[in-house]
This record gives sequence, C-alpha cells and structure tokens, in this order.
Amino acid sequence: MTGAEAGASVEIVDVSKRHGEVVALDHVSLSIAPSECLALVGESGSGKTTLLRSINRLLDPDAGTIKIDGRDTRSVNAVALRRAIGYVPQDGGILPHWTVARNVALVPVLQGMPDATSRAEQALAAVGFEANTIGPRWPHELSGGQRQRVAMARALAAGQRLLLLDEPFGALDAITRAELQRQLKNIRERTRPTTVLVTHDLREAFFLADRIAVLREGKLEQVADPATLRSAPATEYVQRLLAYADVAS
Amino acid sequence: MQPTFAVHAQSHAQSSQRPVVVASKPFGESFILAELFAQMLEARGLKADRRPGLGATEVAFAGVRSDAVDVYPEYTGTGLLAVLHEPPQRDPIAVFNRVSTEFQSRFGVRWLPPLGFENTYAIAVRRETAQRYSLATLSDLARAAPQLSAGLTADFIERKDGLPGLRGAYGISFRSVRPLGQAVKYQALASGAVDVIDGYSTDGFIARYDLVVLRDDKRFFPPYEAAAVVSARLQREQPAAIAALTELSDRIDVATMRKLNARLEVNREPVDAIARSELIALGLTATKTGQATPAQAKSGESFAQYMWEHRATLGAAVVRHLLLVSVALLAGILVAIPLGLWLDYAGRAAEPVIRTIGLLQTIPSLALLAFMVPLIGIGVWPALIALWLYSLYPIVRSTYSGVRDADPNAVHAARALGMTPGQILRQVRLPLAAPTLLSGIRTAAVIAVGTATLAAFIGAGGLGEPIATGLALADTRLILSGALPAAALALIVDALLAVVERATTPAPLRHAAAERKREASRR
Repeated sequence: MTGAEAGASVEIVDVSKRHGEVVALDHVSLSIAPSECLALVGESGSGKTTLLRSINRLLDPDAGTIKIDGRDTRSVNAVALRRAIGYVPQDGGILPHWTVARNVALVPVLQGMPDATSRAEQALAAVGFEANTIGPRWPHELSGGQRQRVAMARALAAGQRLLLLDEPFGALDAITRAELQRQLKNIRERTRPTTVLVTHDLREAFFLADRIAVLREGKLEQVADPATLRSAPATEYVQRLLAYADVAS
Repeated sequence: MQPTFAVHAQSHAQSSQRPVVVASKPFGESFILAELFAQMLEARGLKADRRPGLGATEVAFAGVRSDAVDVYPEYTGTGLLAVLHEPPQRDPIAVFNRVSTEFQSRFGVRWLPPLGFENTYAIAVRRETAQRYSLATLSDLARAAPQLSAGLTADFIERKDGLPGLRGAYGISFRSVRPLGQAVKYQALASGAVDVIDGYSTDGFIARYDLVVLRDDKRFFPPYEAAAVVSARLQREQPAAIAALTELSDRIDVATMRKLNARLEVNREPVDAIARSELIALGLTATKTGQATPAQAKSGESFAQYMWEHRATLGAAVVRHLLLVSVALLAGILVAIPLGLWLDYAGRAAEPVIRTIGLLQTIPSLALLAFMVPLIGIGVWPALIALWLYSLYPIVRSTYSGVRDADPNAVHAARALGMTPGQILRQVRLPLAAPTLLSGIRTAAVIAVGTATLAAFIGAGGLGEPIATGLALADTRLILSGALPAAALALIVDALLAVVERATTPAPLRHAAAERKREASRR
C-alpha cells in the first residue's frame, strides 16, 4: 500500500460465520468505498465485531469473500495483511512493557521501515501529542484518553490506508470521548483512510460515519447514510434503535 | 561425613581393581560394621568406596540387588521379614539358611557367614534390679513384673512382636507401662524413673549404664544375626573381596559390638578410629606405627569451633550440594519452560498434564529417592533425577500460567497489528510472564536446596550427609552442621533469585507494582 492519501476499498461478499451453534454473520454483503467511514452498529451479539475482525483475518469466515482493493484477503498472508491495516481495540491494547514511542513504532518496525522512529513521531504529532514528551513515557503513566490516542497513532504510523476501530472510545468519559471523536474526524480529513468503526453509540456513528450499517443477529438490516437512515428507516428494528438512541428525526 | 585415611601399604597387586562399594544403613552399628568391612578390604589390598547411611533397608537392599552397592551389613531377621515378607521364625540357623538360599536364588545376593552377634529386641533392667529380684531371663521377669514399671517405645507397646506378644509368650504383665522416646529411655532407666525398658541387644548404652539384658529363654524375639550381604557382581568379579570380608565372620560377639557402639554413641569417637583399633584387637591388621590417633570429639568446644575445624568437609558438602541443586535446576528449566510453552500451545492437554506433573510433587521425597534406587542405583544420578523431577512442577506451572495470563489485551493487539505468533511469544508474552516464571524457578530452587539434603540417603553426598549421620547417632552438633548451612543456602538462593526476578521484570511492570504497593499502604 503506497501513499496515505487515498483509502483502500473493501468488498464484503456473502460472508457467513458461525461460532458453534450461534450464527454470527448470515450472508452479509457490503461495499466500502475508498476513504469512506462506515459505522457498524447493533446490539451485543449482532455480529459487528465478528465482521470487523473478518476484515483483517483475526477471524476467517466460514463462507463468502472479503476483498481489499480488489484482492481476496485469503490470497494474502494473514500477518502481512494485518500489518497493512490499522487496528484500535476498545482498551487500546498498548504493550505495557514498551514505551509509547516503541509502541507506536511497532508496525513500521515489523515492516522493516528504515524511518520507523520518525514515522512514530509523526503519528504521535498527528493525534496531537508532543512526540518528545510523550514518546519516552510508559503506558501506565497515561490516562485512558491518552492511551486511545496512542493506540490511534500506532494504527496509522505505517501509513495504513484502512483503519479498523473496535469500540475505540467506548470506555472513555463523555468529554474525552467527544474530544477523541473530533480528533478522529480531523485525522480522517487529513489522510483519508478508509475506516470501519464498530460502535454501540449511534450518536458517534452519526457524527463520524458517511454510512451506517445496522446489524441484527448476523444480518444486515439497513445500510444507509445518516440522513436516509433517519428519514427512512428500512425496518421497525432500525426505527426502534434510532428512537432508543434519541437520534431519530 | 566420610572418614578419610591413608590406603594401607599392602595395596599393590589388585590396585587396578574397581573399588568395592561398601554401604551402610543410617544408624551407628551399621556405620561401624561398614567401616570394618571397608578397612578389612583395604587391609587386603583392595579399594573401598564408602557410602554410609543409605536411606533404609529398601534402599540398601535395592542397591546390592542392582549391583550399585557391593556389600552392606544386614540382619537375618530383617531379610526374612522386610525383604522376603515371611513370618518370623524362632531358630537362628533356620532363618540364616532361609534367607541365604532365597536371596541367592531370587536376587543373586549372597549372605556371608554371620559376624557372630545378634541385634534383636532386648529387655533390659538395672543391675541392682536384676540382683534384687534375681532376674536372668524373661521367664524370671514374668514373676517380678507386677512390681515393676516399664518404659517402652510406643512402637514396641503396639507391635505384635512387641509387648502384646511378650505377654502371650511369657505372661509378663507390668505394674505400669509408660511410652518413652528412644532418646530418653536409657536415662529414665538409669535414673530409676522406670525399672524395665526395651532396646536393642547391642545398644552401646547397655554397656554404658551396666545394664542387664534378660535372656529370651523361650526365643520369643526373632533372631537378627548380623552378616555381610554381597552383590552378585562382587561375587563374580572380586573373589578376593569375598575372602577378605569372610575373615570377619564369627569374630564379633555381642559384648564386643556393644562396646563398639558405646564408643561411637556414648564416647563419640570417630567411626574410622573405632574400626581401626578393633581390627588390630582382632589381630586382623597389623599395628600401624607413626599413624596419628584420630582426635576424639571434644565435647567442650563450641559449635563455631566445631564448624571451623570441619570447614574443609563442610565446604566440600556445600559445593556438592550446590552442584546437585544447580544441575537439577538447570535441567528442570531446560525441560519445564519449553514444556510450559508447549502446553500453552496445546491448549486442552495442559491442565491434565500439569496436574500429572503435580502428582510427582506429592510423592514424599524419601519415597521417590528410594524408588529411584532399583531403577538407577545409588549415588548422584538418582538424586539428580529426583531433584529434577521435583523442579518440573513449579516451573511448568509458572511458565504456563505466566504466558497464558499475559495481558490479553496487549496480546490481542499485537496479533491484530501483525506480529507473528513467534514474535508475540518472544516480544510480548514471555517478557510479561517473566516475573511469574522467575518466581516459579525461585520456588523450585528453594525446594531443591531442601530436598537435596535427603540425597545423602541414597549416597549422593551434600549437606544431608552430616544431617543423616547426626540423626543416626543422635548427634545434634553434627545435624546442625548440615542443617544450618542448608537453611542459609536456601535463604541465599532465594535472595539471589529475588534480585534476578527484579532485574528481569520489565521496568514499567515494576513501577506499576510499586505504585500499587504505595497506594495500598496509603489506605
């Protein structure tokens, strides 16, 4: 993946996945355009995290295909695939025994980039940190919001063109969450990575996403831009979901 | 502690021969007899390799049966009851014939002709009691018993071949029976606190307190004649050794043995000096001129002086101890860490495997050591294997749980960002598991230092040797001279590994731990 300018395209075709008896994904098809931000929303167990993790092959679907920039992900080595895709889990997943700088340089180092250190510094700057001050610090010295910003920097330090966010702000207080949402929006405007955002929070989805995919029991209920979703909920479930989240028109 | 002395001058013709492994069981009389065997062999130009104080009958017999030991002193009654598991018999000749034919045909082990004394249960009284009630036999005792109080070992009071049997055979019924420990029995009798005690017929204290042993006129107690028991290998390879050992047959009577035991247990003379003077007295070896008489144990000297005088022996024991521990521990680490990692990988097999290894930990150390003897013989190897087995569980367990429980969020993120399983293991899970893993190794090391003291019972040396000998001779100073360094060693090893543990703990984890501690103290 070359320039950080454009995002990657993602094509999800007829993907199904079972966890034992439970159907996590039931014939899901979805296209994500380059640089688009797609939010996956739904209740716990709706399959949104399973779908997200299928994209970087943390899970392999039982059936169906996922293509990134037109290439079937199964034709790519899973490790190489993951190194090309940014990932931010809810808890940040910062390695506790590494400094912030080393954490952020993780993927550039894995990819053998000679400028790994300066990339890490730039990535830290991109999330609003003073790289020299924050770099040498240990993860346990950071606040929850700082950790998520470090995790975001780490996800983008190697110039990833696709960003997977798994409830990235779910554990933060309301003010910090709002700050980080704004920051993510800024980053997206600057480097335009394609973004898949799993969230419980419909307000967050409305604020950040170009389109919202509502999942229920492994099936897609509706995929639409926020305005359409609001004006024309496809199902009663979507309507209820919007009402509960207090974002209905 | 092994007595050391110069090899006798006669040794030339057979000096190229393999040394004869002479073992004993862990009590005074067995030490003396084994030393007599060893010096007898050396006097006839053979070499002797001394392994005093082997665990017990099982260990010593297993040693001679597996050719790891060439000769050790045993008692016919023990052979009959403890090895052949046959009921006791009364006739000493019948018992000797039975054990010698059975041992030869079943195990290829040979009993040499008896040494000339029995060490069986003995009922003893003070000389003035014997005179007052005119007691010479146990039948006499039956008459006087209602006026006498007895102090008997708890074991003897319960055993069928103890007091209950005695009551049946002679109709002995004491005025009172008090259970008394081995150590205080003789003093209790001498001071008049009790009138009758049980003991062993060759106990040195019988001579020391001038006691009268009542004759077992109905031959109630099974005969325990002492004799040398010889391995098949020695019979095959070194007939000269058999001939030398046979020279002792029928030369040591019960009075002599009592005196020798008293010299060791009462006067605390060194075993080698006792054996040397006895062989000269028996006319079996010539008087050596110019040979310094070994110093008698000075009872007045302080413990510190004693330790200082024996620093060379103790130093060697410490070195041997540390070698046993470090080799076993290193082998344990080399096996247990990969095993722990593999178990993490293997998933469901892990818990059953770890629990099975944990079962090893529940085998009493002495039993495990004894179990090793028939398989591997005696000496350093079985001890190393036993110590190694004990080291596995703490290290496997700590490796497995350390790696498994390493910060799951960090591990998940590492995988999601494209680290390979190997990278995750080396760069994330192992560093995070290091403190847990190190504490497992630390536990294993401290256990090993303690357990290694038992290695002496299978002839592996170390700090257990003075402990085992001291226990056998009821010599507190000797026990402490092994036990204190062993305890100190355990503390030192623990402290050193604590430093290593700190050093290998990733700095931020250390800070985090320190912070938690500070916070806890603030509350």
